[in-house]
Amino acid sequence: MRNAFADEITLLAQQDERIVLLSGDIGNRLFDKYKATCPNRFFNCGVAEANMISMGAGMALSGMIPIAYTIASFLVYRAYEQIRVDVAYHNNPMILVGVGGGLSYASNGSTHHTLEDIAIMRSLPNMQVICTADAYEVRGALRKAIASGKPTYIRIGKKGEPSIHDKVPANFKIGKALKIQDGKNIALIGTGNILPNICEASKRLQQDGINPSIYDFHTIKPIDNETLKSIYTNYKYVFTIEEHSKIGGLGSAVLEWSITQREHCPKIACIGTPDKFLSYTGEQKHAREMVKLDPMGIYTQIKSVL
Amino acid sequence: MNLEIIAAEIRGQVVQLSNQAKTPHLGSSLSFVDLLVSLYWKFLNITPETAESQNRDRFILSKGHGITTLYSVLAKRDFFDKKLFKDYAEPNSPLPEHPSPKCVPGIEAATGSLGHGLSIALGMALTGKIKGLKYKCVCLLSDGECNEGSTWEAAMMAPTYGLNNLIVIVDFNKWQATGRSAEVLNLEPLEDKFTSFGWNSIRIDGHNFDEIADALKASQRSKQPTAIIADTIKGRGIKKMEDDNNWHYRIPTEEEVKNAFIELGLIHQ
Repeated sequence: MRNAFADEITLLAQQDERIVLLSGDIGNRLFDKYKATCPNRFFNCGVAEANMISMGAGMALSGMIPIAYTIASFLVYRAYEQIRVDVAYHNNPMILVGVGGGLSYASNGSTHHTLEDIAIMRSLPNMQVICTADAYEVRGALRKAIASGKPTYIRIGKKGEPSIHDKVPANFKIGKALKIQDGKNIALIGTGNILPNICEASKRLQQDGINPSIYDFHTIKPIDNETLKSIYTNYKYVFTIEEHSKIGGLGSAVLEWSITQREHCPKIACIGTPDKFLSYTGEQKHAREMVKLDPMGIYTQIKSVL
Repeated sequence: MNLEIIAAEIRGQVVQLSNQAKTPHLGSSLSFVDLLVSLYWKFLNITPETAESQNRDRFILSKGHGITTLYSVLAKRDFFDKKLFKDYAEPNSPLPEHPSPKCVPGIEAATGSLGHGLSIALGMALTGKIKGLKYKCVCLLSDGECNEGSTWEAAMMAPTYGLNNLIVIVDFNKWQATGRSAEVLNLEPLEDKFTSFGWNSIRIDGHNFDEIADALKASQRSKQPTAIIADTIKGRGIKKMEDDNNWHYRIPTEEEVKNAFIELGLIHQ
């Protein structure tokens, strides 16, 4: 996903002179092409996230579209107050790209895990929150976020993740979920880089004769009320699945919305990470097994509810 | 145009607003009046007509709690109608106790949380360089907000990019909310700190108009960003408030406002 980001931002920056890329001293060699094509619109801001965000806001107030890129946990946790005041409060057209979202950097330990970012970012007024499922969505999200002119947080993985699309979906739109598998009775609602595992879990369910629909809620904020309404109307079971704490993420966003619904009440269950810091996880694959977000874990959790 | 008379009028307005709306930070607002009057009458290239121009100079009041001084200056320079003061800090007033984004013309950024302004000004200065525009960016900091690490992140970055279009002025009144700044987190030697970070540092008496003018002029010859360390007195201009940190929070009474006006030469006994 990070290669897709570097490639796409290089293309977009050549088309739009307002774009300026800020890096928090990461992406060694990743932006060589960008730097070669737009040398005066790249700034390595060093290991100084707070300054990077406020400085980007100053650029946005002067007519630029800053894209701040660093490891998700340092971006949103270290500089949260700067994001709140200088980006969200000012409604600045600044894009925050957090690399290594969720458990992408599992083996680096809890300092590098980002399992509460959706919760804190979606609570900010004006802020759009997007979790990309694959490299194609990274490109789509970046294009749409820049075009939107609104403060946007984009959570991406790292590299080599499986894709769920074979190109940037033509109908990729902020705030509009994508239906990626058609089934019945059961809707699996996922966001971000856990979607490939949801697809794998679904294959196991199909072996049991269960055929769920899968929805890709790449945008958590604004949440797609229309698609949620349709899901609540048409399914008996709804599962939200995310590589994020069960507190405050996609599941919470869906539950908050569902409070307003009286007519249709499917059985709903939220699958996410537990309310604890994870240690000794090993690589992302093992970490996901620990928190039951590997395909078998997701499958088992769904089966236990059905 | 007598800067001292203008400064006295600004001080009178600031004292009156504090009494009217019962808002604190009077001492903090009075310490940088002379600096702001120098900037807006002698240095900054910005007028109500050019308040949105991309070539305008930018001023960021990082110490947002001193906003009544900036409001008073902007009103006196006709950026907005002085009548707005009638409802200062009241519900729905465009003049809140800390400025909100673009609340009135001339406000470049919403401040109030300390340690943001220098980074914002840095982003504006970098943009000027990217676009090849000649504008200057001036950011005024309190000494208290030099406690914030983010201020020093920005202080490291500005010289890295040779931003000679950036000027920081520290309103060094030696007090922060609850104590002497030297006893809370000692800043001295402050001039040396900026110099060692690569800034063109100048230390002045922040109430001497000639010294302020000379420092601002010197900034225009520098190849590096300029840090002006302005030694100031909290509560400057009203004897009973000077260097008395109670006036960080105390609200002046009607009687005290009247006496302040007499002392400032704005009314006669």
